[in-house]
Amino acid sequence: MKRLFPILGVVTAALLVYALYMALIGAPTEQTMGNVQRIFYYHVPSAWTAFVLFFVNFGASIVYLVKRKVAADRVALVSAEVGVVFCTVVLVTGPIWARPVWGIWWTWDMRLTSTLVLWLIYVSYLFLRRFSSSGETPTLAAALAVLGALCVPFVYFSIWFFRTQHPQPVMGGGGSIDPRMLHVLLINWLAFSCFAFLVCWSRYRLEKLQREVDQAHALESLMAPRGSVR
Amino acid sequence: MKGNNAYLFAAYALTWIIHITYLATIVSRYSQLKREIDSLRKNK
Amino acid sequence: MSAPAGITRVTLLKDLRLEWRSKDASNSMLFFSLLVVVVFSFSFDPSAEESRQIAGGLIWVAFLFAAVVALNQTWAREIRNQVLDAYRVSPAPANSLFVAKVVGNFIFVSVLEALMTPLFIAFYRLRSIGPAWQLLVVAVLGTWALVVNGTFFAAMSLRTRSREIMLPLLLFPISLPAILAMVQATTAILNGEGARFWMTLLVTYDLVFTTVCLLLFETVLNAE
Repeated sequence: MKRLFPILGVVTAALLVYALYMALIGAPTEQTMGNVQRIFYYHVPSAWTAFVLFFVNFGASIVYLVKRKVAADRVALVSAEVGVVFCTVVLVTGPIWARPVWGIWWTWDMRLTSTLVLWLIYVSYLFLRRFSSSGETPTLAAALAVLGALCVPFVYFSIWFFRTQHPQPVMGGGGSIDPRMLHVLLINWLAFSCFAFLVCWSRYRLEKLQREVDQAHALESLMAPRGSVR
Repeated sequence: MKGNNAYLFAAYALTWIIHITYLATIVSRYSQLKREIDSLRKNK
Repeated sequence: MSAPAGITRVTLLKDLRLEWRSKDASNSMLFFSLLVVVVFSFSFDPSAEESRQIAGGLIWVAFLFAAVVALNQTWAREIRNQVLDAYRVSPAPANSLFVAKVVGNFIFVSVLEALMTPLFIAFYRLRSIGPAWQLLVVAVLGTWALVVNGTFFAAMSLRTRSREIMLPLLLFPISLPAILAMVQATTAILNGEGARFWMTLLVTYDLVFTTVCLLLFETVLNAE
Protein backbone atom coordinates (compact mmCIF):
# COMPACT_ATOMS: atom_id res chain seq x y z
CA MET A 1 0.00 0.00 0.00
CA LYS A 2 2.78 2.34 0.95
CA ARG A 3 4.43 2.08 -2.44
CA LEU A 4 1.18 2.59 -4.29
CA PHE A 5 1.05 6.23 -3.30
CA PRO A 6 4.23 7.42 -5.02
CA ILE A 7 3.48 5.30 -8.08
CA LEU A 8 0.05 6.86 -8.38
CA GLY A 9 1.66 10.23 -7.81
CA VAL A 10 3.94 9.82 -10.79
CA VAL A 11 1.13 8.50 -12.99
CA THR A 12 -1.13 11.37 -12.00
CA ALA A 13 1.56 13.97 -12.60
CA ALA A 14 2.16 12.53 -16.06
CA LEU A 15 -1.56 12.53 -16.80
CA LEU A 16 -1.90 16.11 -15.65
CA VAL A 17 0.98 17.27 -17.83
CA TYR A 18 -0.42 15.44 -20.83
CA ALA A 19 -3.91 16.80 -20.18
CA LEU A 20 -2.51 20.31 -19.87
CA TYR A 21 -0.68 19.96 -23.15
CA MET A 22 -3.81 18.71 -24.86
CA ALA A 23 -5.87 21.52 -23.40
CA LEU A 24 -3.49 24.25 -24.43
CA ILE A 25 -2.14 22.92 -27.70
CA GLY A 26 -3.74 19.63 -28.71
CA ALA A 27 -7.34 20.80 -28.68
CA PRO A 28 -8.61 22.79 -31.63
CA THR A 29 -9.19 26.50 -31.15
CA GLU A 30 -12.79 27.44 -30.74
CA GLN A 31 -14.20 29.64 -33.45
CA THR A 32 -16.09 32.34 -31.59
CA MET A 33 -14.30 32.55 -28.28
CA GLY A 34 -10.71 31.85 -29.28
CA ASN A 35 -8.14 30.60 -26.81
CA VAL A 36 -10.12 31.67 -23.77
CA GLN A 37 -12.46 28.78 -24.40
CA ARG A 38 -9.67 26.45 -23.23
CA ILE A 39 -10.57 27.40 -19.66
CA PHE A 40 -13.44 25.00 -20.31
CA TYR A 41 -11.00 22.07 -19.98
CA TYR A 42 -10.26 23.02 -16.38
CA HIS A 43 -13.63 24.50 -15.45
CA VAL A 44 -15.89 21.57 -16.34
CA PRO A 45 -13.76 18.67 -15.04
CA SER A 46 -13.37 20.51 -11.74
CA ALA A 47 -17.15 20.78 -11.50
CA TRP A 48 -17.65 17.09 -12.28
CA THR A 49 -14.97 16.10 -9.77
CA ALA A 50 -16.55 18.24 -7.08
CA PHE A 51 -19.95 16.63 -7.69
CA VAL A 52 -18.47 13.15 -7.47
CA LEU A 53 -16.72 14.07 -4.21
CA PHE A 54 -19.93 15.44 -2.73
CA PHE A 55 -21.67 12.26 -3.73
CA VAL A 56 -18.97 10.30 -1.92
CA ASN A 57 -19.59 12.51 1.09
CA PHE A 58 -23.27 11.64 0.93
CA GLY A 59 -22.52 7.92 0.76
CA ALA A 60 -19.97 8.03 3.56
CA SER A 61 -22.36 10.00 5.76
CA ILE A 62 -25.10 7.43 5.29
CA VAL A 63 -22.65 4.63 6.05
CA TYR A 64 -21.68 6.47 9.22
CA LEU A 65 -25.29 6.97 10.30
CA VAL A 66 -26.03 3.30 9.80
CA LYS A 67 -22.80 1.62 10.88
CA ARG A 68 -21.02 4.27 12.98
CA LYS A 69 -17.64 3.43 11.51
CA VAL A 70 -14.98 6.07 12.18
CA ALA A 71 -13.43 5.49 8.78
CA ALA A 72 -16.70 6.51 7.14
CA ASP A 73 -16.68 9.76 9.06
CA ARG A 74 -13.11 10.43 7.95
CA VAL A 75 -14.03 9.79 4.32
CA ALA A 76 -16.95 12.17 4.68
CA LEU A 77 -14.73 14.93 6.05
CA VAL A 78 -12.05 14.43 3.44
CA SER A 79 -14.41 14.30 0.46
CA ALA A 80 -16.23 17.43 1.63
CA GLU A 81 -13.01 19.40 2.05
CA VAL A 82 -11.49 18.39 -1.26
CA GLY A 83 -14.87 18.89 -2.91
CA VAL A 84 -14.95 22.46 -1.64
CA VAL A 85 -11.46 23.04 -3.04
CA PHE A 86 -12.56 21.86 -6.49
CA CYS A 87 -15.75 23.87 -6.20
CA THR A 88 -13.68 26.94 -5.48
CA VAL A 89 -11.73 26.32 -8.67
CA VAL A 90 -15.01 26.19 -10.61
CA LEU A 91 -16.18 29.46 -9.07
CA VAL A 92 -12.86 31.15 -9.84
CA THR A 93 -12.41 29.91 -13.41
CA GLY A 94 -16.04 30.60 -14.29
CA PRO A 95 -15.94 34.38 -13.92
CA ILE A 96 -12.48 34.53 -15.49
CA TRP A 97 -14.00 32.84 -18.52
CA ALA A 98 -17.19 34.86 -18.49
CA ARG A 99 -15.49 38.24 -18.39
CA PRO A 100 -13.72 38.27 -21.78
CA VAL A 101 -16.49 36.35 -23.50
CA TRP A 102 -19.61 38.14 -22.27
CA GLY A 103 -18.15 41.21 -20.61
CA ILE A 104 -19.63 40.32 -17.23
CA TRP A 105 -18.01 38.71 -14.21
CA TRP A 106 -20.97 36.63 -13.20
CA THR A 107 -23.85 34.96 -14.96
CA TRP A 108 -26.67 33.10 -13.27
CA ASP A 109 -25.81 30.19 -15.50
CA MET A 110 -26.96 26.75 -14.33
CA ARG A 111 -23.55 25.37 -13.62
CA LEU A 112 -22.15 28.44 -11.90
CA THR A 113 -25.23 29.09 -9.80
CA SER A 114 -25.70 25.52 -8.68
CA THR A 115 -21.98 25.25 -7.94
CA LEU A 116 -22.26 28.37 -5.81
CA VAL A 117 -25.11 26.90 -3.80
CA LEU A 118 -23.27 23.60 -3.40
CA TRP A 119 -20.17 25.46 -2.30
CA LEU A 120 -22.22 27.30 0.31
CA ILE A 121 -23.84 24.11 1.58
CA TYR A 122 -20.56 22.24 1.96
CA VAL A 123 -18.71 25.19 3.45
CA SER A 124 -21.46 25.36 6.07
CA TYR A 125 -20.89 21.63 6.58
CA LEU A 126 -17.19 22.29 7.23
CA PHE A 127 -18.10 25.06 9.67
CA LEU A 128 -20.38 22.70 11.56
CA ARG A 129 -17.57 20.17 11.78
CA ARG A 130 -15.21 22.78 13.14
CA PHE A 131 -17.58 24.40 15.62
CA SER A 132 -19.46 21.46 17.06
CA SER A 133 -18.29 19.71 20.19
CA SER A 134 -16.06 16.83 19.23
CA GLY A 135 -18.15 14.01 20.59
CA GLU A 136 -21.14 14.74 18.45
CA THR A 137 -19.41 16.09 15.33
CA PRO A 138 -19.58 12.93 13.20
CA THR A 139 -23.27 12.37 13.79
CA LEU A 140 -24.32 15.98 13.31
CA ALA A 141 -22.16 16.35 10.24
CA ALA A 142 -23.59 13.18 8.75
CA ALA A 143 -27.14 14.44 9.32
CA LEU A 144 -26.31 17.76 7.69
CA ALA A 145 -24.66 15.98 4.77
CA VAL A 146 -27.83 13.99 4.14
CA LEU A 147 -29.94 17.14 4.17
CA GLY A 148 -27.47 18.92 1.94
CA ALA A 149 -27.38 16.10 -0.57
CA LEU A 150 -31.19 15.93 -0.67
CA CYS A 151 -31.20 19.64 -1.38
CA VAL A 152 -29.22 19.19 -4.59
CA PRO A 153 -32.09 18.14 -6.89
CA PHE A 154 -34.10 21.09 -5.60
CA VAL A 155 -31.20 23.39 -6.36
CA TYR A 156 -31.05 22.10 -9.92
CA PHE A 157 -34.77 22.25 -10.60
CA SER A 158 -35.27 25.67 -9.12
CA ILE A 159 -32.35 27.21 -10.98
CA TRP A 160 -33.32 25.46 -14.22
CA PHE A 161 -36.82 26.86 -14.09
CA PHE A 162 -35.61 30.27 -13.04
CA ARG A 163 -33.29 30.34 -16.01
CA THR A 164 -36.00 29.39 -18.46
CA GLN A 165 -37.92 32.39 -17.17
CA HIS A 166 -34.91 34.69 -17.09
CA PRO A 167 -32.56 33.50 -19.84
CA GLN A 168 -28.88 34.08 -19.28
CA PRO A 169 -25.75 33.42 -21.29
CA VAL A 170 -24.95 29.73 -21.18
CA MET A 171 -21.38 28.83 -20.45
CA GLY A 172 -19.73 25.88 -22.04
CA GLY A 173 -21.99 25.76 -25.04
CA GLY A 174 -25.44 24.26 -25.06
CA GLY A 175 -25.23 22.29 -28.24
CA SER A 176 -23.16 19.30 -29.29
CA ILE A 177 -19.45 19.33 -28.73
CA ASP A 178 -16.67 18.67 -31.22
CA PRO A 179 -15.43 15.09 -30.58
CA ARG A 180 -11.81 16.24 -30.37
CA MET A 181 -12.79 18.72 -27.66
CA LEU A 182 -14.75 16.04 -25.86
CA HIS A 183 -11.67 13.84 -25.94
CA VAL A 184 -9.53 16.54 -24.33
CA LEU A 185 -12.27 17.24 -21.80
CA LEU A 186 -12.39 13.61 -20.75
CA ILE A 187 -8.63 13.38 -20.48
CA ASN A 188 -8.58 16.36 -18.18
CA TRP A 189 -11.37 14.85 -16.16
CA LEU A 190 -9.44 11.61 -15.78
CA ALA A 191 -6.29 13.48 -14.76
CA PHE A 192 -8.12 15.63 -12.22
CA SER A 193 -9.99 12.62 -10.83
CA CYS A 194 -6.69 10.84 -10.17
CA PHE A 195 -5.36 14.04 -8.64
CA ALA A 196 -8.44 14.38 -6.44
CA PHE A 197 -8.04 10.78 -5.31
CA LEU A 198 -4.45 11.41 -4.29
CA VAL A 199 -5.33 14.61 -2.46
CA CYS A 200 -8.12 12.80 -0.62
CA TRP A 201 -5.76 9.99 0.30
CA SER A 202 -3.21 12.47 1.67
CA ARG A 203 -5.87 14.31 3.64
CA TYR A 204 -7.17 11.00 4.97
CA ARG A 205 -3.71 10.07 6.20
CA LEU A 206 -3.40 13.46 7.82
CA GLU A 207 -6.69 12.95 9.62
CA LYS A 208 -5.64 9.54 10.88
CA LEU A 209 -2.40 11.00 12.16
CA GLN A 210 -4.30 13.85 13.82
CA ARG A 211 -6.46 11.41 15.71
CA GLU A 212 -3.42 9.38 16.74
CA VAL A 213 -1.82 12.52 18.14
CA ASP A 214 -5.01 13.49 19.93
CA GLN A 215 -5.22 10.05 21.49
CA ALA A 216 -1.57 10.21 22.52
CA HIS A 217 -2.18 13.54 24.21
CA ALA A 218 -5.24 12.23 25.99
CA LEU A 219 -3.34 9.18 27.15
CA GLU A 220 -0.48 11.31 28.36
CA SER A 221 -2.69 13.56 30.44
CA LEU A 222 -4.38 10.52 31.92
CA MET A 223 -1.12 8.94 32.93
CA ALA A 224 0.54 12.10 34.24
CA PRO A 225 1.05 11.90 38.02
CA ARG A 226 -1.50 13.97 39.84
CA GLY A 227 -0.44 17.46 40.79
CA SER A 228 2.17 17.78 38.06
CA VAL A 229 1.63 20.18 35.19
CA ARG A 230 3.18 19.20 31.86
CA MET B 1 -8.60 38.37 -28.91
CA LYS B 2 -4.89 38.34 -28.14
CA GLY B 3 -5.42 39.97 -24.75
CA ASN B 4 -7.69 37.10 -23.85
CA ASN B 5 -4.72 34.82 -23.45
CA ALA B 6 -4.06 36.65 -20.20
CA TYR B 7 -7.43 35.39 -18.92
CA LEU B 8 -6.58 31.85 -19.99
CA PHE B 9 -3.26 32.02 -18.18
CA ALA B 10 -4.91 33.53 -15.09
CA ALA B 11 -7.50 30.77 -14.95
CA TYR B 12 -5.00 27.96 -15.20
CA ALA B 13 -2.56 29.63 -12.83
CA LEU B 14 -5.21 30.29 -10.19
CA THR B 15 -6.43 26.71 -10.44
CA TRP B 16 -3.00 25.42 -9.57
CA ILE B 17 -2.38 28.06 -6.93
CA ILE B 18 -5.56 26.91 -5.17
CA HIS B 19 -4.62 23.24 -5.39
CA ILE B 20 -1.01 23.75 -4.34
CA THR B 21 -2.02 25.96 -1.41
CA TYR B 22 -4.34 23.24 -0.14
CA LEU B 23 -1.70 20.55 -0.58
CA ALA B 24 0.83 22.75 1.20
CA THR B 25 -1.43 23.04 4.24
CA ILE B 26 -1.80 19.26 4.32
CA VAL B 27 1.94 18.69 4.06
CA SER B 28 2.83 21.28 6.70
CA ARG B 29 0.25 19.98 9.17
CA TYR B 30 1.45 16.46 8.52
CA SER B 31 5.09 17.23 9.27
CA GLN B 32 4.08 19.23 12.33
CA LEU B 33 2.05 16.31 13.64
CA LYS B 34 4.84 13.86 12.85
CA ARG B 35 7.22 15.92 14.97
CA GLU B 36 4.67 16.04 17.75
CA ILE B 37 4.02 12.33 17.83
CA ASP B 38 7.73 11.54 17.66
CA SER B 39 8.40 13.78 20.65
CA LEU B 40 5.47 12.23 22.50
CA ARG B 41 6.78 8.75 21.86
CA LYS B 42 10.26 9.75 22.98
CA ASN B 43 8.97 11.13 26.25
CA LYS B 44 7.12 7.96 27.10
CA MET C 1 -55.24 10.18 21.63
CA SER C 2 -52.10 8.14 20.99
CA ALA C 3 -49.10 8.72 23.20
CA PRO C 4 -46.85 10.54 20.70
CA ALA C 5 -49.60 12.90 19.64
CA GLY C 6 -50.45 13.49 23.28
CA ILE C 7 -46.87 14.38 24.09
CA THR C 8 -46.74 16.70 21.12
CA ARG C 9 -49.86 18.45 22.22
CA VAL C 10 -48.70 18.81 25.82
CA THR C 11 -45.28 20.14 24.80
CA LEU C 12 -46.80 22.57 22.35
CA LEU C 13 -49.31 23.90 24.84
CA LYS C 14 -46.62 24.27 27.44
CA ASP C 15 -44.48 26.30 25.04
CA LEU C 16 -47.35 28.52 24.03
CA ARG C 17 -48.34 29.05 27.62
CA LEU C 18 -44.82 29.93 28.66
CA GLU C 19 -44.48 32.30 25.74
CA TRP C 20 -47.74 33.97 26.60
CA ARG C 21 -46.78 34.39 30.23
CA SER C 22 -43.24 35.62 29.74
CA LYS C 23 -44.02 37.95 26.85
CA ASP C 24 -40.47 39.33 27.05
CA ALA C 25 -39.13 37.39 24.14
CA SER C 26 -42.32 37.84 22.17
CA ASN C 27 -42.52 41.58 22.66
CA SER C 28 -38.94 42.19 21.68
CA MET C 29 -39.39 40.02 18.62
CA LEU C 30 -42.53 41.82 17.56
CA PHE C 31 -40.73 45.10 17.86
CA PHE C 32 -37.78 43.69 15.93
CA SER C 33 -40.09 42.67 13.10
CA LEU C 34 -41.50 46.17 12.95
CA LEU C 35 -37.99 47.59 12.85
CA VAL C 36 -37.05 45.30 9.98
CA VAL C 37 -39.99 46.51 7.91
CA VAL C 38 -39.14 50.13 8.58
CA VAL C 39 -35.45 49.69 7.78
CA PHE C 40 -36.34 48.00 4.51
CA SER C 41 -38.74 50.79 3.66
CA PHE C 42 -36.03 53.36 4.23
CA SER C 43 -33.56 51.37 2.16
CA PHE C 44 -35.79 50.48 -0.78
CA ASP C 45 -38.24 53.15 -1.76
CA PRO C 46 -39.91 52.13 -5.01
CA SER C 47 -42.89 53.55 -6.80
CA ALA C 48 -46.13 51.59 -6.76
CA GLU C 49 -45.34 50.09 -10.15
CA GLU C 50 -41.92 48.75 -9.18
CA SER C 51 -42.99 47.67 -5.76
CA ARG C 52 -44.81 44.65 -7.11
CA GLN C 53 -41.60 43.46 -8.72
CA ILE C 54 -39.41 43.54 -5.65
CA ALA C 55 -41.93 43.20 -2.83
CA GLY C 56 -41.78 39.42 -2.94
CA GLY C 57 -38.07 39.41 -2.28
CA LEU C 58 -38.21 42.14 0.34
CA ILE C 59 -40.98 40.57 2.34
CA TRP C 60 -39.38 37.15 2.40
CA VAL C 61 -35.97 38.48 3.41
CA ALA C 62 -37.68 40.38 6.21
CA PHE C 63 -39.55 37.22 7.25
CA LEU C 64 -36.28 35.31 7.12
CA PHE C 65 -34.60 37.71 9.54
CA ALA C 66 -37.53 37.56 11.93
CA ALA C 67 -37.63 33.77 11.71
CA VAL C 68 -33.93 33.41 12.50
CA VAL C 69 -34.23 35.63 15.55
CA ALA C 70 -37.25 33.63 16.72
CA LEU C 71 -35.63 30.28 16.03
CA ASN C 72 -32.44 31.18 17.84
CA GLN C 73 -34.23 31.23 21.13
CA THR C 74 -36.38 28.22 20.43
CA TRP C 75 -34.29 25.86 22.49
CA ALA C 76 -32.92 28.42 24.91
CA ARG C 77 -35.45 27.62 27.59
CA GLU C 78 -34.76 23.92 27.29
CA ILE C 79 -31.04 24.42 27.62
CA ARG C 80 -31.42 26.62 30.66
CA ASN C 81 -33.43 24.06 32.51
CA GLN C 82 -31.72 20.92 31.22
CA VAL C 83 -35.00 19.76 29.83
CA LEU C 84 -33.31 18.06 26.91
CA ASP C 85 -31.50 15.59 29.12
CA ALA C 86 -34.83 14.66 30.62
CA TYR C 87 -36.24 14.12 27.14
CA ARG C 88 -33.34 11.90 26.19
CA VAL C 89 -33.88 9.69 29.17
CA SER C 90 -37.65 9.54 28.96
CA PRO C 91 -39.35 6.96 26.76
CA ALA C 92 -41.17 9.70 24.89
CA PRO C 93 -40.41 9.52 21.18
CA ALA C 94 -38.09 12.31 20.12
CA ASN C 95 -40.32 13.13 17.18
CA SER C 96 -43.09 14.32 19.44
CA LEU C 97 -40.75 16.92 20.86
CA PHE C 98 -39.63 17.92 17.39
CA VAL C 99 -43.16 18.26 16.01
CA ALA C 100 -44.19 20.30 19.02
CA LYS C 101 -41.23 22.62 18.55
CA VAL C 102 -41.82 23.03 14.84
CA VAL C 103 -45.53 23.74 15.24
CA GLY C 104 -44.85 26.15 18.08
CA ASN C 105 -42.23 27.99 16.03
CA PHE C 106 -44.52 27.98 13.02
CA ILE C 107 -47.30 29.61 14.99
CA PHE C 108 -44.95 32.16 16.45
CA VAL C 109 -43.30 33.10 13.15
CA SER C 110 -46.71 33.25 11.48
CA VAL C 111 -47.83 35.76 14.08
CA LEU C 112 -44.77 37.87 13.31
CA GLU C 113 -45.48 37.63 9.60
CA ALA C 114 -49.13 38.52 10.11
CA LEU C 115 -48.00 41.68 11.85
CA MET C 116 -45.37 42.60 9.28
CA THR C 117 -47.53 42.09 6.22
CA PRO C 118 -50.02 44.95 6.69
CA LEU C 119 -47.06 47.27 7.30
CA PHE C 120 -45.44 46.21 4.06
CA ILE C 121 -48.70 46.62 2.20
CA ALA C 122 -49.10 50.10 3.60
CA PHE C 123 -45.51 51.28 3.14
CA TYR C 124 -45.23 49.96 -0.38
CA ARG C 125 -48.83 50.59 -1.45
CA LEU C 126 -49.06 46.99 -2.54
CA ARG C 127 -51.99 45.65 -4.45
CA SER C 128 -51.99 42.09 -5.66
CA ILE C 129 -53.10 41.39 -9.19
CA GLY C 130 -53.38 37.68 -8.55
CA PRO C 131 -55.70 36.09 -5.98
CA ALA C 132 -54.67 36.88 -2.44
CA TRP C 133 -55.51 33.42 -1.07
CA GLN C 134 -52.68 32.02 -3.18
CA LEU C 135 -50.31 34.36 -1.39
CA LEU C 136 -51.49 32.87 1.85
CA VAL C 137 -50.73 29.36 0.61
CA VAL C 138 -47.22 30.44 -0.39
CA ALA C 139 -46.77 32.06 3.00
CA VAL C 140 -47.75 28.87 4.80
CA LEU C 141 -45.58 26.62 2.64
CA GLY C 142 -42.62 28.95 2.75
CA THR C 143 -42.80 29.56 6.47
CA TRP C 144 -43.06 25.84 7.11
CA ALA C 145 -39.94 25.22 5.01
CA LEU C 146 -37.95 27.77 7.00
CA VAL C 147 -39.28 26.67 10.35
CA VAL C 148 -38.86 22.92 9.93
CA ASN C 149 -35.25 23.25 8.83
CA GLY C 150 -34.61 26.05 11.27
CA THR C 151 -35.84 24.08 14.27
CA PHE C 152 -33.74 21.12 13.18
CA PHE C 153 -30.59 23.19 12.75
CA ALA C 154 -31.23 25.02 15.99
CA ALA C 155 -31.26 21.62 17.73
CA MET C 156 -28.02 20.75 15.94
CA SER C 157 -26.37 23.99 17.01
CA LEU C 158 -27.21 23.52 20.67
CA ARG C 159 -23.77 22.53 21.79
CA THR C 160 -21.73 24.19 19.10
CA ARG C 161 -19.55 27.21 19.65
CA SER C 162 -21.03 30.45 18.33
CA ARG C 163 -24.44 28.84 18.51
CA GLU C 164 -26.36 31.86 17.35
CA ILE C 165 -24.43 32.39 14.14
CA MET C 166 -24.42 28.65 13.44
CA LEU C 167 -28.16 28.58 12.87
CA PRO C 168 -28.35 31.02 9.94
CA LEU C 169 -25.04 29.69 8.64
CA LEU C 170 -26.55 26.23 8.31
CA LEU C 171 -30.08 27.31 7.43
CA PHE C 172 -29.47 29.76 4.59
CA PRO C 173 -27.60 27.60 2.07
CA ILE C 174 -29.97 24.66 2.33
CA SER C 175 -32.98 26.93 2.20
CA LEU C 176 -31.86 28.68 -0.99
CA PRO C 177 -34.03 26.67 -3.41
CA ALA C 178 -37.03 27.14 -1.13
CA ILE C 179 -36.30 30.86 -0.78
CA LEU C 180 -36.07 31.21 -4.54
CA ALA C 181 -39.39 29.41 -4.85
CA MET C 182 -41.12 31.52 -2.19
CA VAL C 183 -39.93 34.77 -3.67
CA GLN C 184 -40.68 33.82 -7.25
CA ALA C 185 -44.12 32.49 -6.35
CA THR C 186 -44.99 35.62 -4.40
CA THR C 187 -43.77 37.90 -7.17
CA ALA C 188 -45.63 35.89 -9.79
CA ILE C 189 -48.90 36.01 -7.88
CA LEU C 190 -48.54 39.71 -7.12
CA ASN C 191 -48.16 40.31 -10.83
CA GLY C 192 -51.00 38.06 -11.83
CA GLU C 193 -48.85 35.35 -13.36
CA GLY C 194 -48.95 31.61 -12.75
CA ALA C 195 -46.92 30.19 -9.89
CA ARG C 196 -47.73 26.53 -10.22
CA PHE C 197 -44.15 25.32 -10.70
CA TRP C 198 -42.88 27.20 -7.67
CA MET C 199 -45.75 26.05 -5.48
CA THR C 200 -45.18 22.44 -6.52
CA LEU C 201 -41.51 22.82 -5.73
CA LEU C 202 -42.34 24.24 -2.31
CA VAL C 203 -44.77 21.46 -1.51
CA THR C 204 -42.24 18.83 -2.53
CA TYR C 205 -39.48 20.57 -0.58
CA ASP C 206 -41.67 20.72 2.51
CA LEU C 207 -42.60 17.06 2.26
CA VAL C 208 -39.05 15.86 1.70
CA PHE C 209 -37.41 17.94 4.38
CA THR C 210 -40.11 17.43 6.99
CA THR C 211 -39.79 13.67 6.51
CA VAL C 212 -36.01 13.64 6.68
CA CYS C 213 -35.85 15.96 9.67
CA LEU C 214 -38.31 13.71 11.47
CA LEU C 215 -36.23 10.68 10.63
CA LEU C 216 -32.96 12.24 11.75
CA PHE C 217 -34.07 14.21 14.79
CA GLU C 218 -33.71 11.41 17.29
CA THR C 219 -30.18 10.73 16.03
CA VAL C 220 -29.28 14.38 16.38
CA LEU C 221 -30.80 14.66 19.83
CA ASN C 222 -28.80 11.69 21.05
CA ALA C 223 -25.55 12.59 19.32
CA GLU C 224 -22.67 12.29 21.70
